Amino acid sequence: MTETTTQKPIPVTVLTGYLGAGKTTLLNRILSENHGRKYAVIVNEFGEIGIDNDLIVESDEEIYEMNNGCVCCTVRGDLIRVVEGLMRRPGRFDAIIVETTGLADPVPVAQTFFMDDDVRAKTELDAVVALVDAKHLPLRLKDSREAEDQIAFADVVLLNKTDLVSPEELERIEATVRVINPSARIYRTQRSDIDLGKVLDQGAFNLERALENDPHFLDQGEQDDHVCGPDCDHDHHHHDHDHHHHDHDHDHHHHHDHAPSPIHDVTVQSISLRGGEMNPERFFPWIQKITQTDGPNILRLKGIIAFAGDAERYVVQGVHMIIEGDHQRPWKEGEKRETRLVFIGRDLDREKLERTFKACEVQA
Amino acid sequence: MPTVAPLDLEGHVVGVAFLKDIPFFAGAAGTIHRLDQGHKTTELHDGLLSLAYDEATDTLLTGGEDGKVMRVSADGTASLVAETPRKWISQVAAGPQRAVAYAFGKTSYVRLADGTTKEFPEERTVEGIAFAPKGLRIAVARYNGVSLHWVGIAGQPLDLEWKGAHTGVTFSPDGRFVVTSMQENALHGWKLDAKPGAEARHMRMTGYPAKVKSLSWSAKGKWLASAGAPAAIVWPFQGKDGPMGKAPLELGTRGNTMVTTVACHPAEDIVAIGYEDGMILAARLADSKEVLLRRPGKGAVTAMAWNRTGRQLAFGSAAGDCGVVDLAG
Repeated sequence: MTETTTQKPIPVTVLTGYLGAGKTTLLNRILSENHGRKYAVIVNEFGEIGIDNDLIVESDEEIYEMNNGCVCCTVRGDLIRVVEGLMRRPGRFDAIIVETTGLADPVPVAQTFFMDDDVRAKTELDAVVALVDAKHLPLRLKDSREAEDQIAFADVVLLNKTDLVSPEELERIEATVRVINPSARIYRTQRSDIDLGKVLDQGAFNLERALENDPHFLDQGEQDDHVCGPDCDHDHHHHDHDHHHHDHDHDHHHHHDHAPSPIHDVTVQSISLRGGEMNPERFFPWIQKITQTDGPNILRLKGIIAFAGDAERYVVQGVHMIIEGDHQRPWKEGEKRETRLVFIGRDLDREKLERTFKACEVQA
Repeated sequence: MPTVAPLDLEGHVVGVAFLKDIPFFAGAAGTIHRLDQGHKTTELHDGLLSLAYDEATDTLLTGGEDGKVMRVSADGTASLVAETPRKWISQVAAGPQRAVAYAFGKTSYVRLADGTTKEFPEERTVEGIAFAPKGLRIAVARYNGVSLHWVGIAGQPLDLEWKGAHTGVTFSPDGRFVVTSMQENALHGWKLDAKPGAEARHMRMTGYPAKVKSLSWSAKGKWLASAGAPAAIVWPFQGKDGPMGKAPLELGTRGNTMVTTVACHPAEDIVAIGYEDGMILAARLADSKEVLLRRPGKGAVTAMAWNRTGRQLAFGSAAGDCGVVDLAG
């Protein structure tokens, strides 16, 4: 019985977003609201965080490439050090928030929580939250790939500063965000004002909870606070429930050709795969191979797998070449036993993915 | 079994040391405890991050989350060496002539006895500092290698290059080798007297299942003991090429319990081996013979130090259970 085995992992929330998108405002809300939880905050610069009595640590972003020949195997060295230091005095806080710089790549931040054994043993990545400045998003997307990466990688997107744009503009902006990331929860906010329960404690990387939260995998209806844009496809799924083919009718905007988004040529694509029951002896080698060969191009991957003869749902999630999977819960009575996977990334070969995925199905 | 004087503290123990034969235990919260005719304490930092023993003056150096570098004497009195508010002092090292090296962010600092401070900027974050055994020279571990700086001489540092993240650094006692621990479960060494660019200059020591967080040179520098495996991995450094082409000793091998801390005896070729479950063994290098020094405790062993005579071993753990083992029983 060592200390490390008895301690519950500390949840970590990552805030991304361009300079001026509202990260500091959100952070100040989190630190000042009366929720009874204590946070340790890791920031790049102390900046304008107004709260003195919380635990705030400054840290220089330090990208480590691993010496294994894999270009996408990057972690944040500074986070490894700071988390190690923080976890030596664990009684001081209940959760950790990492605020990244405007230009930060969210991938090494997230991968740190999977690839470093010490960090992984003591903490648990809860969710990546991206703040988007509704007014300036079109400009940001035009001049940087990071802005698109941050949205593509997020579990929760706060479409902030909505008071600075017209309703029509807002529709277009949200549609663009939805094209980049069909899987994220999107909330419209002003001055980063959001029910913190929608940002914190999301369990987005927790295999048991991840997909329950994900609009892409929700079967029933709309979320109250979510409005679909013209490009949004996520309420179409249940129209196709009786079909085992893919949803070509509404996935057209994800094809290799860039999306016909009204304000931006999106370079990130998402590919949704749906199928019947899978043969595990084919599925596992397939997903291993895909993540090995196409890993550098995959930002996120999530899925629910129905294995033939298996009484439980199997869930997978991945970042680049890292993939995790586990049984989640028994299939409910009357629940449709189907397999759904979504890949978000760049330069993915849709035809190959669809064809090879189909080959993993149990042959009738 | 040897007698053990126990001391139960709250929280993670960062370091232990003997000052004038008095055992000192440094907790992560910032208090230093000593067993000097009873349990005595000194409040030192709001959060203690780093600790180094200064053999020349028989004092301790510490760095804190409060931006302070402190020096502690055997009677428990503390003096401020340097302060940079709000910076985490993640590294301290003790040098000759009361020189103190410390670091935060991308810069190392060396404060000399006369009060002057020299700055040594790096392109990446400083992750480890060590003084050379001879001359006023420091090695700074950082991403993609080590920088060697002469403290008294302005000029370009000597760059020891090796791709990857170097998280700690040590000189061999004879000054011929520099060894780093790395993010990817390996050690890397450089032979300083080899020609730059020569293949024999580099020493790769790999095969660890975990990160190596503890290194200790044997009495005469003939061996380098390391943690990071379910045994103490001890590399031979007697030959002119160091451990190259030779297998390390594996001492105190236990199934699935990792070695977390190693400490070589000050006179004999014996290493104290601390494990993840709190157990401590002593093993003799010559014949691998083992003696149990402490049964498993509450947490992983995080720090160990011998006294000068090598009769007593102080230890501390991640759960705060500390103590002194007396080999004379």
